[in-house]
Amino acid sequence: MSTVEVLFLLMSVLAIGSGVLVVTTDHLVHAALWLVVTLGSLAGCYLLLTAEFVAWVQVLIYVGAVVVLLLFALMLTRAPTGPESATTTRNRPVAIFAGVVTTAVLGVVLADGFRGERIDVDGEPAGAAQPVGDAIFRHWVLGFEVVSVVLLAALVGAIVLSRRSPDDPIDESATARSGPPEGSG
Amino acid sequence: MPLVWPLLLSSALFGIGVYGVLARRNAVLALMGVELMLNAANLNLIAFDVWFRDVLVSGQVFTLFIIALAAAEIGLGLAIVLRLFRTYGHIDVDRVGAEPPRPQPVEGSGLPARAPSWELPTVREGEPR
Repeated sequence: MSTVEVLFLLMSVLAIGSGVLVVTTDHLVHAALWLVVTLGSLAGCYLLLTAEFVAWVQVLIYVGAVVVLLLFALMLTRAPTGPESATTTRNRPVAIFAGVVTTAVLGVVLADGFRGERIDVDGEPAGAAQPVGDAIFRHWVLGFEVVSVVLLAALVGAIVLSRRSPDDPIDESATARSGPPEGSG
Repeated sequence: MPLVWPLLLSSALFGIGVYGVLARRNAVLALMGVELMLNAANLNLIAFDVWFRDVLVSGQVFTLFIIALAAAEIGLGLAIVLRLFRTYGHIDVDRVGAEPPRPQPVEGSGLPARAPSWELPTVREGEPR
């Protein structure tokens, strides 16, 4: 077993363990921080699969931007951050069943279909920046442009959705004036 | 490296994401489950691309597109969650729609018909959480 394989197994264990913690931990903020560990170890997996460019994009956008946005959402909704703040719903057994069945079906189908195939990770790297950039701007330009339009639409949509209209039931200034009841009850 | 390893890892992550989306009460935590599922799909694309050695590098390019779309999705999701919080006072996906939104301001009176305490409609005494 080569070094790359050992490292990949370690990264897999890390990703699955922290992924389980993301969906089971009791602290809201801890869930976001465990998500950092999961996404980071997935970036490590991409590196070991020689997809370097995607790995660094993953670190920049997922670990850098998406998790920060999630933490913003947690803070802006004044979510309780103490223990047992991230409760689960009543249908937890159904959710466990659905998750296990999904994993089993996908795993059995994929493992049966691609048993014995091997990835060559020792040769030339498959995902250096230059070939990926060549492919994007030579063959996938249309998709690139469509993604840019989608990003613009999402930006405008987010601004419209989060703009505060004067007849909002809660506005932050009134809350700041009166203040939430501290420690009452 | 056997191709099956990344595939099994992505199946496990996808199942964890499904569980997270179905079981979590908080809308932001459900979004984290969606992120896990997207990352499982990304890992599959990367593994198959590196295995197949595609000339057009389509797997990695599509992974980059999915990462961009995930950023857009999380931005819009954050906006929707904030809107939900302003309307209902909480982001509990089980209770949204099962109870009426907070009282709207009365038209023309100039006074908002706001609940006296901002937390009153969400936490009631003796109500099981």
